[in-house]
Amino acid sequence: MEITAINDAVADVEIGGVKRQVRLDIIDEQPAVGDFVIVHAGFALRRLDREDALETIKLFQEGLNLELI
Amino acid sequence: MNLFDAFKDPELCRNLLDLLKKEVTEDLRFMEVCGTHTVAIFQSGLRSLLPENIVHLTGPGCPVCVTHESEVAAYLEAAERDGVIIATFGDLMRVPGPKGRTLKDAQAEGARVEVVYSPFDAVALAAKNPDDKVVFLGIGFETTAPTVAATVKIARDEGLQNFSVMSFHKLVPPALEVLLADAGTNIDAFILPGHVSAIIGKAPYEFIAEKYQVPAVITGFEPMDILQALILIGRMRKEGKPAVANEYGRVVADAGNPKALDVMYQVFSPADALWRGIGKIPGSGLVFSEEFQAFDAFKILGLELKESPPLPGCRCGDVLKGKLQPNECPLFAKACTPASPVGPCMVSTEGGCAAYYKYRLDL
Repeated sequence: MEITAINDAVADVEIGGVKRQVRLDIIDEQPAVGDFVIVHAGFALRRLDREDALETIKLFQEGLNLELI
Repeated sequence: MNLFDAFKDPELCRNLLDLLKKEVTEDLRFMEVCGTHTVAIFQSGLRSLLPENIVHLTGPGCPVCVTHESEVAAYLEAAERDGVIIATFGDLMRVPGPKGRTLKDAQAEGARVEVVYSPFDAVALAAKNPDDKVVFLGIGFETTAPTVAATVKIARDEGLQNFSVMSFHKLVPPALEVLLADAGTNIDAFILPGHVSAIIGKAPYEFIAEKYQVPAVITGFEPMDILQALILIGRMRKEGKPAVANEYGRVVADAGNPKALDVMYQVFSPADALWRGIGKIPGSGLVFSEEFQAFDAFKILGLELKESPPLPGCRCGDVLKGKLQPNECPLFAKACTPASPVGPCMVSTEGGCAAYYKYRLDL
C-alpha cells in the first residue's frame, strides 16, 4: 500500500483506489509519503525496497543468472 | 504497469519453470508454512504446472488451522461469560471446537462477538463499551503477534481497564524443528514465510540447514518468487550445500524487524503451546510477560486450557505435517466441504484443504 499522508503514529494509505489508515508503531524505519509498505492487521510492518525489487527483475530479465547466496 | 506486476510476468515465469525442470531432476518434496503461500501456489496455477517429481506440501502455516481444539473451547467459554464482548478476526468464526461448536454458534445463541480487521479496532470497541470486558482473540504467528503487542501497549498508555487478550500466538521455527525431527514427514526443503520472516529475519531458521541439512529459502508470494526459491533449493541440493537463503530482499531484511520483535517481547514471553494435530511444542507459544499480566484474559476471567478430544475423522494434523494430501482424507469433498467444514484446514480460505477444494485439482 502507498502512503499518502502521515500524522504521528498513523498513516493514510491507498491501494487501487481503496483508502485505509494504518498504524506505524512497529515499522522499523520511519516511512515517507510515496513509500510502499507491507500492511498486516492494520499495522505497517516493513517498507518495500524498490531498488531491490528492480534489481531482482533485472536479474531475471538478463538471462536468469541466479547465483547462490 | 505496477512495478511488482513484473513478478508474475508469464514469459519470465515460463523461462523459470523450464530452468526449474532442468535444475531439479530428482524427487523434491517441499513444504511451505504460510497460508498466503498456500493460496498463491494454487491460485497462480503453479501447482498444476510443477513436474511430477516436485511435490508441494502445505504445512502448519495457517493460523486458524493450527489453533488447538482446547483453545477453541477456552474462547467459547469466554464468549459465554456475562459482560464479555469477544473481538476477533473473521476467520476464527467458523472454526470447530469440541463437538463441532463454533463462535458463530455461540453468537447465534446470544454471545456478543464482533469481527475486527485490526487488533487496534478492538481497543476502540473497548473505549465505546466501558461497562463491558472486550476480549481480543490473539491468533497468528510472528507477523501478527507484534501488532497485538503494540495494541496492548496503546491500551495501557490510554489507561483502558476493560481490554484484554487471550494469547494463542504461535512461533514458526519451533514447529519446523518438530516437523524435521519427525522421520515420517520426509521434507526435502522449506519455502519460508515472507511476512513472518520480515519480523524475525533469517537467523532463527539457520538450524534447518545446520542441524538437519535441509535447504530453506525465504521468499515472496508472486509466482516468480516461488519459482526462484525452488530453483535455489534445486541448486543447493545438487551441490550438496544446504543453506538458508533470503530471496525476498525487497521486504525481508536478514535481521528482520528488531523494533517489532522488541515490542513483541516486551509484552509476551515464549511458552509451550498446543498445535492442532501436532500437540504440544516446547517454546512455540507466547504468554503475557510479568509487566503486562493485567491484560491476560485467561487471568481476568479465570480460564484455563482443558483437555479436549480431537475432532472425529478429521486428518487435519496429518495434512499439516505433510503426511497426507488433502484429497487423501476420507472426508475430503464428502463430509467435509468449505460450506460445511469438519476441520479447520477446510474452514480457513488459507487452509490446505480449502485451497485444494477451491481449485479443484482432483476433480
